[in-house]
Amino acid sequence: MIWIAIRMLTGDAQKFFGLVFGIAFSTLLITQQLTIFVNLLERGASGVYNVSSADVWVMDPVSRTTDVAYAMPSTALDKVRGVPGVEWAVPHIRAQASVRTKDGDLEGVAVIGVDDATLIGLPRNMVEGSVDVLSQPDSVIIDDVGMTRMFPGQSPIGERLELNDQRAVIRGIADAIPSFTSTVVLYTKYSQALNYVPGTRNRLSFVLVGAENPAEAKALSELIEQETGLKAQTREEFARDGVDFIIENTGIPLNFGITVALGFIVGVAIVGLTFSLFIRDNIKQFGALKAIGVTNGKIRKMVAAQAGLVGLIGYGLGVLGTVGFISAFSSDPTFKGFYIPWQIPIISLVAVTLILALTGWLALRSVLKTEPAAVFR
Amino acid sequence: MSGPAISTRGVTRDFKAGQQTITVLHGIDLDVRAGELTFLVGESGSGKTTLISIMCGILWPTEGEVEVFGTDIYDLSDDALVDFRLQNIGFIFQQYNLIPSIDAASNAAVPLIAQGMDRHEAREKAVAMLEKLNIGDQAAKLPNQLSGGQQQRVAIARALVHEPRLVVCDEPTAALDAASGRRVMDLLREVAVAEDRACIIVTHDNRIFDMADRILVLEDGKVTHDGKHMPEDH
Ligand SMILES: Nc1ncnc2c1ncn2[C@@H]1O[C@H](COP(=O)(O)OP(=O)(O)O)[C@@H](O)[C@H]1O
Ligand SMILES: [Mg+2]
Repeated sequence: MIWIAIRMLTGDAQKFFGLVFGIAFSTLLITQQLTIFVNLLERGASGVYNVSSADVWVMDPVSRTTDVAYAMPSTALDKVRGVPGVEWAVPHIRAQASVRTKDGDLEGVAVIGVDDATLIGLPRNMVEGSVDVLSQPDSVIIDDVGMTRMFPGQSPIGERLELNDQRAVIRGIADAIPSFTSTVVLYTKYSQALNYVPGTRNRLSFVLVGAENPAEAKALSELIEQETGLKAQTREEFARDGVDFIIENTGIPLNFGITVALGFIVGVAIVGLTFSLFIRDNIKQFGALKAIGVTNGKIRKMVAAQAGLVGLIGYGLGVLGTVGFISAFSSDPTFKGFYIPWQIPIISLVAVTLILALTGWLALRSVLKTEPAAVFR
Repeated sequence: MSGPAISTRGVTRDFKAGQQTITVLHGIDLDVRAGELTFLVGESGSGKTTLISIMCGILWPTEGEVEVFGTDIYDLSDDALVDFRLQNIGFIFQQYNLIPSIDAASNAAVPLIAQGMDRHEAREKAVAMLEKLNIGDQAAKLPNQLSGGQQQRVAIARALVHEPRLVVCDEPTAALDAASGRRVMDLLREVAVAEDRACIIVTHDNRIFDMADRILVLEDGKVTHDGKHMPEDH
């Protein structure tokens, strides 16, 4: 009977494709939008992810994220170094600056000053040049996504910039995860960064800490807080803070939520309507089957098989579409590093199952209600 | 064969039409024998379809009992009744209700497939039945590639393929001209009437009354005549 059910459905090409399209469309919309949403949110933690060697971030108690930080006196560094369990601690500066390009444009940039001696604080990989270039005078390293924005279609190597009236020369390109706002990032040595950032007394944004025992980072961060009175967050906690900040301070969750809900609703509408039309067109045949001797239980299985087939094909197409979309745009800096977390296809599978269960149930009701005696009318 | 194929005792059926209740059948007591072509005849609205629906287990009587080959069918559970129909009854619907997207042989094979027989084996049996009905060469065609008469034969094949003990047929000749109508009746007599099988045909087509073994006349929900021929006044 399953075979008959499938043939009934595929025999009506128009409705079959309508159903598959409805499911594929919903899957695509839900999967693709959730993927972009999650990846954008994770950008809120890019500042943390780019410094993968730090186990704990220490900051002023009012600081919230890598980009929303209040500077500390430079004595904080020694205090942190004195806490037992700290293997190393280095200064880290993050500040905003304005840059004047050769063409006279003004651009807001983030300046990140990393430890002079160890260079801890730089992204792990370079796209071009080596981290050693920072030992040359006035050197800065630009992040790859920022580069495409500031120097579209040309190499920035050797470009001179005016950074708050100080000279800077780009000598390398870092492979970095872009920030939520895709702000251009210039990496330089801590001592050099102090020149670029206008002089206030306190300019130390963070102290990056390596733990003697990285597995005990949480305990270490609590100890640092106790001993220094500063705020200390493990890498995971601080990444989470960055994500939360975006959730709390932007309309992104609402906007994406609306689109995902629309994907669901449109799916229910298209699939529900088409499914009902299909059932109505075949109600006489279903009635005949019931009279001949097909139980309601078997009818349920038949409709479930029809829904299952549509769901499988439509869902497959929708997920494939999302993968295609992400890989098609993978070279676009806006989508750099985008990936599909495994939870998202599962969420859209649940959504598709809900759509089909709901619409299938609605369509099925009319079949189950049909009196077999109606076939003689 | 001992006992009647179908026996109804005190069968009544009411329908609710808005506020009022109309009684369509008034205490029908009837035995239908196997091995005969039995006609159920009467004016439109006299209750023929209602009665045959009750006799073949697709419409519950308001009161009374129906035994089909010794089984009190409305005493069965819902699913058992459905299965009883699947094993014992062949239906020829007025609108053939063929499934448009599967071919003639597969349509004719539906009862066997529903019984759980392997699809290919079922199809083979269905092709044999189509051959018996002289449309074996149409087996692989879709219903909409067949003429109305051919579709009806496919419907007849579907009613007989699983060798049911009771075949019911509502107005088989209504849409046909006189000659085709008689041909279909000849065909039904040939394939549907057997020693151990009952065949009931509902009709008000007076062109074929002479082809019955037994005629039951229904008037206003009562059986008013039972014999080989129609009563004189009709
Ligand atoms: N489902 C139903 N609901 C209400 N009235 C019905 C229903 N089925 C049949 N009737 C009524 O019962 C009477 C007999 O109908 P039917 O058995 O179809 O007669 P026939 O087949 O002899 O033309 C008619 O008056 C019809 O309107
Ligand atoms: Mg009728």
